[in-house]
Amino acid sequence: MTLRETLQRWRYNFIPDHLLGEILTKRWADNAIPFLAMVATVAGFGLAIPGFFKPSSLVESTRQLGEFTIVVIGLSVVMLAGGIDLSVGSIFALAAFAAVSTFFIFGLPVWVALLSALAVGALFGAFNGYLVGYLRLRAFLTTLVTLVIGRALYDILVINFAAAVQQSDVSSPIWDFIGDGQFMGLSMAVIIALVLAVIAHVALTRSRPGWHILAVGGSRRSAHNSGIRVRETVFMSYVVSGLCAGLAGFLIACRLSGAGPGTGLNLEMLAITAAVVGGNSLGGGRGSIAKAVMGAIIVMMMNNSLIRLGFGTGTNQMVLGLMLAAAVTLDIRWLKNRHKVLNEVYVAPVHVRLPETPSALPGSGSSFALNNVLSKADAIGLGELEGPEDVILDRDDHLYCGTRHGEIVRFFAPDYRRSEVFAHTGGFPLGLAFAQDGTLLSCVGAMGLYAISPRGEVRQLSAETNRSYRSIVDDARLRDPNDLDVAPDGRIFFTDSTTRYDAHDWTLDSIENRPTGRLLVHDPKTGITRTLLDNYRYTNGVCLAHDGKSVLFAESWACRVHRYWLEGPKAGTAECLIDGMPGYPDNINRASDGTYWMAWLGMRTPSFDLSLRHPSFRKHMTRRLPNDEWLFPNINTGGVVKFDEQGTIIQTMGDLTGVSHPMVTSMREHKGHLFIGGILNNRIGRFKIEGADPNWTGMSSYWGSRS
Amino acid sequence: MEQRGQGWTQERIVFALAVVLFIVAALGLRGFADPNNLIAIVRSVSVLGILALGMAVVIIGRGIDLSQVSVMAMSGAWYLQMLNDGRPEGMALLTVLAFVVFIGLANGFLVAYGDVPPIFATLASGAVVYGLVRSQFIGSETVPLPPGHWLEALGRMRLVTVPVEVFLFAGASLLIFLFLRYTTWGRYTYLMGDNFQAARTIGIPVRPMNLLRYVISALLAFAAGLLTASNLFSINTRVITSTLLYDIILVVVIGGIGLSGGKGGVRNVVGGALLIGIMLNAMTILDISNIYQNLIKAIILLAAIIIDSLMNPRDEQTAQQGDI
Repeated sequence: MTLRETLQRWRYNFIPDHLLGEILTKRWADNAIPFLAMVATVAGFGLAIPGFFKPSSLVESTRQLGEFTIVVIGLSVVMLAGGIDLSVGSIFALAAFAAVSTFFIFGLPVWVALLSALAVGALFGAFNGYLVGYLRLRAFLTTLVTLVIGRALYDILVINFAAAVQQSDVSSPIWDFIGDGQFMGLSMAVIIALVLAVIAHVALTRSRPGWHILAVGGSRRSAHNSGIRVRETVFMSYVVSGLCAGLAGFLIACRLSGAGPGTGLNLEMLAITAAVVGGNSLGGGRGSIAKAVMGAIIVMMMNNSLIRLGFGTGTNQMVLGLMLAAAVTLDIRWLKNRHKVLNEVYVAPVHVRLPETPSALPGSGSSFALNNVLSKADAIGLGELEGPEDVILDRDDHLYCGTRHGEIVRFFAPDYRRSEVFAHTGGFPLGLAFAQDGTLLSCVGAMGLYAISPRGEVRQLSAETNRSYRSIVDDARLRDPNDLDVAPDGRIFFTDSTTRYDAHDWTLDSIENRPTGRLLVHDPKTGITRTLLDNYRYTNGVCLAHDGKSVLFAESWACRVHRYWLEGPKAGTAECLIDGMPGYPDNINRASDGTYWMAWLGMRTPSFDLSLRHPSFRKHMTRRLPNDEWLFPNINTGGVVKFDEQGTIIQTMGDLTGVSHPMVTSMREHKGHLFIGGILNNRIGRFKIEGADPNWTGMSSYWGSRS
Repeated sequence: MEQRGQGWTQERIVFALAVVLFIVAALGLRGFADPNNLIAIVRSVSVLGILALGMAVVIIGRGIDLSQVSVMAMSGAWYLQMLNDGRPEGMALLTVLAFVVFIGLANGFLVAYGDVPPIFATLASGAVVYGLVRSQFIGSETVPLPPGHWLEALGRMRLVTVPVEVFLFAGASLLIFLFLRYTTWGRYTYLMGDNFQAARTIGIPVRPMNLLRYVISALLAFAAGLLTASNLFSINTRVITSTLLYDIILVVVIGGIGLSGGKGGVRNVVGGALLIGIMLNAMTILDISNIYQNLIKAIILLAAIIIDSLMNPRDEQTAQQGDI
């Protein structure tokens, strides 16, 4: 290897580029920017203001933060439902006045004051909710107007009753404690805000009303069409916002023991900025309570610090306006271009150097030399089938195969001219195998492991395995289940080819060539699926060895076949059986003479082999070229290979015409014939094998003769 | 099917209401029909009307400009401040003009190229304009007009006993009318407001048009600011926190320009402005205090928005996601 290639290898194989793309697919990644902004704001202003981090100072400065956070949480709920509530400032002020007047003027207990504040908030919120939810007015303008109405009402009330509040001599230790006291170093406002944040988070992410809110915000029309009561949900979101503003109003009433003309003024601008800066989307559906809290901290910190640092009038508005504009623009641009960014960074190829291989050229004399045998196969279902990835035969000689349309088709023996749809799986059935009781098992592409009873009833066996701790993408989900086989004890061994791409993006996986393929086992007795082996380059065909003591599986992009030991001294480990093949192996199945058949889905090409040694070339290719101009594995020429227990190649067959069986993904031997399937083919091939046991069937090989 | 020009359109209702209100006020309120009061009505309406013209141009093309009042007050205040600081007239005017055009462009840019909802773009820019000018360029809340300035003369000017700003309002109305009716981009504005995607698809330059509309709105706001200065001989930046913005929206919506865009014209603005002018004046004569006036205006605006949404209902299936 040249120095340049070695450096490339280090660069692309040891720097985990793929993690960036995987992180970007995560919803929590959206929190990174607001979180960093929060840390920077708190650290920056905290250091600029002397004594900021003193506990006594923190308790006082966080008191206001607690109230503000409560308001922002309520507003965020409305925004998640796709609306906006500008009237929070007015609700806040009116609720504060309600609490103050209940307590000071009417001399009622504190809990009544709390209830009155909450009632005012709920009522005002219900008014907004009725207008926006049921009358379907525009949320922004409507709440802008109710903001003015609320403010006007408040001004009138304050002018008429402020004196009565001032002259009152009512007092209560509870009132003062809520306003001034602290519990474990935290003010009541902060404690209440924290509790509320937890409740709101759980309600939004784990409860039906919360999901309805997110659904309505995400797509109002879809939510409506799927039966969610959209208007009621919108209505409730405003009531929640009103309640939150009411609660915050009660807290400020306790803190200030009065209500002045400035209470809640311009609060809506602060609250909206906070919600948006935290990363909640305008128009709904995307956002969280965590974002609301982060936004509240950023904005409150900024706002109070600018005042404390003595900047002139107007600086606050300027900074807030800039923050709002920047956050909204960023949010909208990010939402719009997120998938483009993801496309730019997700594919992260690695350096691979495949070993030298014997020639597969016809007449080259190597054991891999292709011939033209497959072109003479008889066609079954020609023109009726699309995509028989795998084929299998039952005890009555009937032939089964999957199709691209999600069906399993059964061809009837003996001539295989008649066919019927045996079952409909809904996904693309790939690998097939029969269990002892005649149940047909299938790896359904992008869906999981399925069982089809002899009467054609489809049942899901497994769609997930154990989650590994080191993976960022969710590797519990089966993304590309490919082939399977059954052990005598009923356990199902199967492969999941990649964890980074969906099944239809297999070309991207081949171009990236990152080893994420797995061998898994599903135990029907317990219903549990576990991962046995990981980090193979596109695991594909699976076949239980004739003696039942090991499992053979193909690693397509590495052109290798491995053996995984079930018993014996090496149980639980894998070893490489065949390396350096000139073709990409697919399914593996038993042959009648104690050897194995293996399909080649395509042949290696010098050009793609070379590109595997140039990861940066492949990276730029996926970014700059349209995908029909990409270089990826050749799948126009395949073949069938026979090998024995030691991995020695016995025979190689091909179709040089490219008409009948250019790409072979599967083959089954049955009563002296070989049945050939191809995932992109329009037929199943059948031809007589010279010298094969005319009575041998797969069913009898696995499960013995019929009892 | 209803024929054009027949039946009770909102525009006619508004006009009839204005007439009825005028007659009732004239008969019932002492001093309402006084010529001086009538002049005061039209005068009070002209600043509001000029602002509403700008708002109308933006709203017809489906948008809204919440930064208008901020631009009006702060551009005017900065201009006066520069004059007070002894800057030459031409330079001060040009600087502020450039600033105002820049704000309009920035609004339009955020909306057209940044895909930011107009409401948020202009809410933010309004705050920035206020904050920037207040903290950086002017020294106090109220900036007086330097004595002997031409704006003072303008404020005192009368053409046949009618204050000159009435004519300015009329002139601005005419210009906007001509723009909307006879220029290509003016006609396109309606298409854009009616169906933005379709307008864009058939090749209307929606993005540059967005820029132009917000620039027009900002320029009219600056004109309104100058006019305010000529009336009051000073500019009080506290007007930002007043309900002027809601009055502008009230004029536009009550006049019959649907908030979803594509409808209405200058007639609607004039009608709405007259109605609001008469109403405000009547309330002042009735000695209703300012805070009650605010309440009444807000309730009327709410009613207007409700009626607007009933007359121009939004379709659940075609309403744009995130159109708030």
